[in-house]
Amino acid sequence: MVAVPERCGRSGPINLREACGLLEMPWPQAGRPAVPHESAARHVAGSALYIDDMPEPAGTLHIALGLSSEAHADITGLDLEAVRQAAGVVAVFTADDIPGVNDISATHSHDEPLLAQGRVSYHGQPVFAVAATSRLAARRAVAKARISYAALPAIIDIAAAQPGGVMVCAPMVLQRGDPAPGLAAATMRLGGEMRCGGQEHFYLEGQIALALPGEADEIIIHSSTQHPSEVQAMVAAVLGVARHAVIVEVRRMGGAFGGKETQGNLFASIAALVARATGRPAKIRPDRDDDFIITGKRHDFLLSYDAAFTEDGRIEAVAMQLAARCGFSADLSGPVTDRALFHADNAYFYPAVRLTSQPLRTNTPSNTAFRGFGGPQGMLAAERLMEEIAYATGQDPLDVRKANLYAPGRNVTPYHQTVSDLNGLALVEQLEASSDYRARRAAIRAFNAKSPVIRHGIALTPVKFGISFTATAFNQAGALVHIYTDGSVQVNHGGTEMGQGLHSKIIEVVARTLQVPQEAIRISATNTGKVPNTSATAASSGADLNGKAAEAAALTLKTRLIDFACRHYHLKPEQVRFTREGVVLGTSVLSFARLAQAAYGARVQLSATGFYATPDIHWDRASGKGQPFYYFAWGAAVSEVAIDTLTGEYRLLRVDILHDVGQSLHEAVDRGQIEGGFIQGMGWLTTEELVFDAKGRLATHAPSTYKIPACRDTPPDFRVALAQGLAHGAATIYGSKAVGEPPLMLAISVLHALGDAVASVADYRSCPRLDAPATPERVLAAVRRLKDSGLGP
Amino acid sequence: MPMIHMTVNGKAVKGHAEPRTLLVEFIRDTLRLTGTHVGCDTSQCGACVVHVDGHAIKSCTTLAVACEGAHVTTIEGLAHGTDLHPMQEAFREHHGLQCGYCTPGMIMSAVDMVNRKGHELSEHTIREELEGNICRCTGYHNIVKAVAAGAKAMQGMAKAAE
Ligand code: FES
Ligand code: FES
Repeated sequence: MVAVPERCGRSGPINLREACGLLEMPWPQAGRPAVPHESAARHVAGSALYIDDMPEPAGTLHIALGLSSEAHADITGLDLEAVRQAAGVVAVFTADDIPGVNDISATHSHDEPLLAQGRVSYHGQPVFAVAATSRLAARRAVAKARISYAALPAIIDIAAAQPGGVMVCAPMVLQRGDPAPGLAAATMRLGGEMRCGGQEHFYLEGQIALALPGEADEIIIHSSTQHPSEVQAMVAAVLGVARHAVIVEVRRMGGAFGGKETQGNLFASIAALVARATGRPAKIRPDRDDDFIITGKRHDFLLSYDAAFTEDGRIEAVAMQLAARCGFSADLSGPVTDRALFHADNAYFYPAVRLTSQPLRTNTPSNTAFRGFGGPQGMLAAERLMEEIAYATGQDPLDVRKANLYAPGRNVTPYHQTVSDLNGLALVEQLEASSDYRARRAAIRAFNAKSPVIRHGIALTPVKFGISFTATAFNQAGALVHIYTDGSVQVNHGGTEMGQGLHSKIIEVVARTLQVPQEAIRISATNTGKVPNTSATAASSGADLNGKAAEAAALTLKTRLIDFACRHYHLKPEQVRFTREGVVLGTSVLSFARLAQAAYGARVQLSATGFYATPDIHWDRASGKGQPFYYFAWGAAVSEVAIDTLTGEYRLLRVDILHDVGQSLHEAVDRGQIEGGFIQGMGWLTTEELVFDAKGRLATHAPSTYKIPACRDTPPDFRVALAQGLAHGAATIYGSKAVGEPPLMLAISVLHALGDAVASVADYRSCPRLDAPATPERVLAAVRRLKDSGLGP
Repeated sequence: MPMIHMTVNGKAVKGHAEPRTLLVEFIRDTLRLTGTHVGCDTSQCGACVVHVDGHAIKSCTTLAVACEGAHVTTIEGLAHGTDLHPMQEAFREHHGLQCGYCTPGMIMSAVDMVNRKGHELSEHTIREELEGNICRCTGYHNIVKAVAAGAKAMQGMAKAAE
């Protein structure tokens, strides 16, 4: 029973954070048992539902797409009669059947038709869609189309695109000071080029959408997308209806990695088109090969650099050009190539610098977001530069890196943002010591001197990654929290769950804020009808943005409950405290559920929205100046490899990682992001090779030819530590830091360790200059080149 | 269409299947057991692994008619009611999953591995044996830990059953 406490005379508004006791109540961090992923029990039981697992409503139609066989051509004839006549076919759709706008350009560039009209711009571009009673019938029917083409000149790769230089959007320039005089007057100067390949996302659950027509113009879409609001906008535009008629729902994705930020738009829109026209539910799940062929990937880049530096390896001036294969349309290539420039400094200070992007249009799938979003490619340029300077000055690359790290007085980026949290050196030195880098490096040199065929290599590389969408408007989020009268809590927010543990983190945020057990909280499927106008779950920002929004909603509810308790039980706000044992009301304790019931009885609203907009950020692309990032995420890794100098084959032997996640919201999830991100980055830089032939056909369109890391490729010795006690430049949710993308770039250490091993064949006198992916073929070629250089022992 | 019969997760089932119907289609579409996933359609990723007569196979490249009369176990057949199988429990405990799409196939392969190789599995053995199962999210580190722990825990299960 609750004793009636003494009367409280509350006056004036309640200070939210004080009232909620957040300041005086530190959450126990260490020793807390790891909470499994919010869906873990369902995943291991096989009962977690993906879209393909949902029961199909009666009459569901299945869709298959007819794809272009040419990279660039005018369509001179489109004979679909045999397709229409094929068994099971209910309807066939071309561009002419689109009631609204035939455009799904995410950046409103009007260059990405849903179905090609008159002209095809890449091999694999959807030209028509077939809806049939079964998936097999639809796929069989597609093959019966007769399309004739008049070929146009096709530009497939960067080399072919560069002379004409047709861009998908305006390039960006970042400049601070003028590097030209420094370069001209340099004591030491070098320039060069580096190629890095693209990457297929290979989300294990492929693209998929299920559209359910409702009354009048209403439609519900289940889409495997990171960006439900954009799917809603695209579907509305394609159907020519208002957005309020379209609901998009996402319970979870089976992986996404950026590949479902815009690439789901096509499939959702096609499903919507068919459902709308036929009045029947419509589903599309392309087969894995088609998924490879149709959708965009990570951008491959040609990175050109020119730098002046001192004899001890300190950079004085840098000029770089970062050219990217963007594919046939803009998609997100503008912001991706921008982010490449934003990270072409990685963690290093360039006293005078000019960086330019070249987002080139090609007749290939439209490249898109992929974990890191251009940042990894930009960082490769910075790290190549460090490697070049190390060989030119005869130093350990680590010493060159350390000499160039951002430091007090040398802390302004090429985009004129000051790096306030200078964590680079502390992190690198900590890892250098904990990984025993120097002693191992010496041991490797000694080993290599005696080993004729097998050579070892080691490298330590840092990561500094800017957190925030560089399009400032996207840095906002909303949430909706309901407390039910049994004390259970339902949370909805704008973020989507793709395995990264976002929902687990949001549960943690709400559990801490309301001091209720995690089991009392359920996250419902992301739904555009609940939280509107959301941003993509991308840019590593999911927990930062949605966590703050969920916290805000929970705090509003908490304030209402405190307010109610003060009135009802005659207390002062400071006498009401939410604890794990229940809500303390003066001298007694009431369960959260009982308080919720009592508040309901007193007609207190138990539902609230929350909103968050990241403060202090601004960016002006035209002038290349601003504060695009709220803070930076830091990390560093040491990789050790062994290569076979006769075959180019290699193994990763040991990896040490020190990564900064701030105050972790969920340690198991954060560690998982670091490990998974690292291995994915390693795949990008080593075995994952996209090959387009001269006709623009993707030759590696299945896991049989496109090799992502398997279990055996991972290092047998993998040591991951979370950095402690580093500076944090921002007031994030419970002091945590974004972790989705940054760890991917820790894998750059693998590329440089391979380089170090290769360099041994020329006694470390020549820069190995390994391009990416460093497949065994490329490693072997580099070994040969260095052996032939005559610099060997 | 021929009628085929199997014992799936201990229950006798039957259903129509075309000669070309894949086992995974029969399991997912006819029996509505959707814990078995399709990742690649081409025998590469292992998301579709089930046990047929006690052996792990990839159900995306097995014909349903070839399993006439067989005993099939899917991920749904591992747990006893709400009690998870030790290998399931290990994946949950050790955070051996992120998006979860590969998880059922991983667990089915892991149980098969224990059946063939015993309960004391070295990390090296686990890495070699999991070659046919792709995970794009986790980097495998926790999966390896989960399999090792699950293998040990299965020994307890075997003992308890004795
Ligand atoms: S779906 Fe069967 S192995 Fe990938
Ligand atoms: S957890 Fe996503 S593929 Fe393994």
